[in-house]
Amino acid sequence: MTDTTIQTDKPRGPWGDVWAQFRKHKGAMAALVMLGTLAVFCLIGPLVWRIDPNFIETDTVKMFKMRNQGPSFAHPLGTDQLGRDMLARMMFGGRISLAVGTVAMLVAIFIGTTVGVLAGYFRRIDGLLMRLTDLFLALPLLPLLLVMMFLFRDTVAGILGPRLGTFLLIVMAIGLTSWMHAARIVRGEVLALKEREFVLAARSIGTPSRRIIIRHILPNVLSPVLVAATLGIAAAIITESVLSFLGLGFPPDFPTWGRLLYDGIAEIRTYPERVIWPGIAISLTVLSVNYIGDGLRDALDPRIRGR
Amino acid sequence: MADGAMKSPLVQVRGLKMHFPIHAGLLRRKVGAVKAVDGVSFDIFEGETLGLVGESGCGKSTVGRALLRLYELTEGSVVIDGEDIATLAPDALRKKRPTMQMVFQDPQASLNPRMTVAAIIGEPLDEHTGWDAAKKTARVYELMDQVGLNRRFANRYPHEFSGGQRQRIGIARALALNPKFIVCDEPIAALDVSIQAQVVNLLEDLQDRLGLTYLFISHDLSMVRHIADRVAVMYLGQIAELSPREALYARPLHPYAEALLSAVPEPDPTMESRRQRIILKGDVPSPANPPKGCNFCTRCPKVMAVCREVEPRLAEVEPGRFVACHLFDNNAGGQASPGAEVREHNQQGEQR
Repeated sequence: MTDTTIQTDKPRGPWGDVWAQFRKHKGAMAALVMLGTLAVFCLIGPLVWRIDPNFIETDTVKMFKMRNQGPSFAHPLGTDQLGRDMLARMMFGGRISLAVGTVAMLVAIFIGTTVGVLAGYFRRIDGLLMRLTDLFLALPLLPLLLVMMFLFRDTVAGILGPRLGTFLLIVMAIGLTSWMHAARIVRGEVLALKEREFVLAARSIGTPSRRIIIRHILPNVLSPVLVAATLGIAAAIITESVLSFLGLGFPPDFPTWGRLLYDGIAEIRTYPERVIWPGIAISLTVLSVNYIGDGLRDALDPRIRGR
Repeated sequence: MADGAMKSPLVQVRGLKMHFPIHAGLLRRKVGAVKAVDGVSFDIFEGETLGLVGESGCGKSTVGRALLRLYELTEGSVVIDGEDIATLAPDALRKKRPTMQMVFQDPQASLNPRMTVAAIIGEPLDEHTGWDAAKKTARVYELMDQVGLNRRFANRYPHEFSGGQRQRIGIARALALNPKFIVCDEPIAALDVSIQAQVVNLLEDLQDRLGLTYLFISHDLSMVRHIADRVAVMYLGQIAELSPREALYARPLHPYAEALLSAVPEPDPTMESRRQRIILKGDVPSPANPPKGCNFCTRCPKVMAVCREVEPRLAEVEPGRFVACHLFDNNAGGQASPGAEVREHNQQGEQR
């Protein structure tokens, strides 16, 4: 062998390949651009569009004139029933919704994957963990969430401040009540995987269990985890809006996409656009996350890569 | 190949038992055990190849896996290179792992589909050496050369290879830590015939160069004849006969070995036409409930009364030849009555 061939064939990390394959997935790339746009809209937007989302005219006459306006240059998405600018509210609402969706999903996937892998891999704790999962599945979630919020909101808000406190509480509450499906799916996959010969081969090499899990089990359960994650984001955004609607999420004047949706529903016949805007934003987020997950799953599977 | 008898045993297996519990009922109580391996003893000498043959389900693979303690043994000892691995503590066992490695049956299933060839071959190095990346890469390339894989394939994934190439990857992984002893668990069963020869030749070649010791598990009797120095015939979790290759194939002593070897086709057509195939009646009894006495007594064409009562022990009946059969008891009065009917009891539930 000559030196040049050795040089060109240096084992390289897999991430270059993954990105190359991901870029080939047109839907995933479009979704990435879309999600990026939404993120920019929510994060950078308020710096450009400098209307306070909670600004209400103090003068009653002016306020009444400002109510329920259609699209105009001053208010591209119109105003709501209190004369607040919808565009600004959409921007601020997106921040919360995206953050809640992402973080709650991460919490749920982390718990779900951990429980699933441990239950599937270690037979001794399988029964215990799965009964715990069944227990959580059997709980009526919404009442549980409401009780959690009711009991802990003031305590947590007192320690961390009302905004961060509510955010953390909502995220943890949603995460803690939505990990079960991921856990069951992952456990099933792990049960099948650990009987495969490459796991046996790793054991005959002397690889300890934790590294077998990280090196051999986790990469192979990635696909179902990604699917669960993409669905989880959507579910988390919706759950947050339900909580806000029931008055136990963020404070009522605090805009989130879910909150805007529920505020708009009361007047959907007269002003349908107020439901449509947040609806479109939520749908686009969920759709892009799904497509990104799809592309990621393909890109991470070497059998599909390169086709 | 070197004469094994001159050397010291590298692997000493004594009374190896591997029972898998059967749980049943509401409380998952233990109601019995599948006696996959039930009291197996043999030695493997340094540099030799011991062939392990037998029909499906007789416990061959379980022996192979138990030897590397991929299962926790029920009973018995496995001394490899001076240490009893059946009782080693986890840490000591991990340090011992490089001495003994395994080549698996299904090359597709034994390679992680999400790892590159370099990562797969390099995994033992990651686990047992503190080498830097460059040194590991060099060793991986060296191993790929040894098993005849092009170095350019290092970044590819297992699904991009043919069955034979995948098996070479598996062999390279087994060789990575310079083992002394390799268990080949039907390494050629999943390959087609032309590739089988290549892989077996590669294994022989590596044995000559690296002084390896093999336990070669297979149901392919002709291939075992080709590669093994001594051959152990297993039946229902026990060794029926353990003999040097030539002697066994020329004149099998145990009735089961005789029946098994009569199934090997003869390349010479005139010989083939004269070949007498011994067809055993009935099925293998369930390993959860083996018959009393000799395990083979339900199907043996030469069965005697004593066979149903007393379990025969593996004993040296001729120099180097070990047989577990009452026909060769010193006091046994010659052949069994030929008219002995083959009674079938303890059958496995389902008939194929």
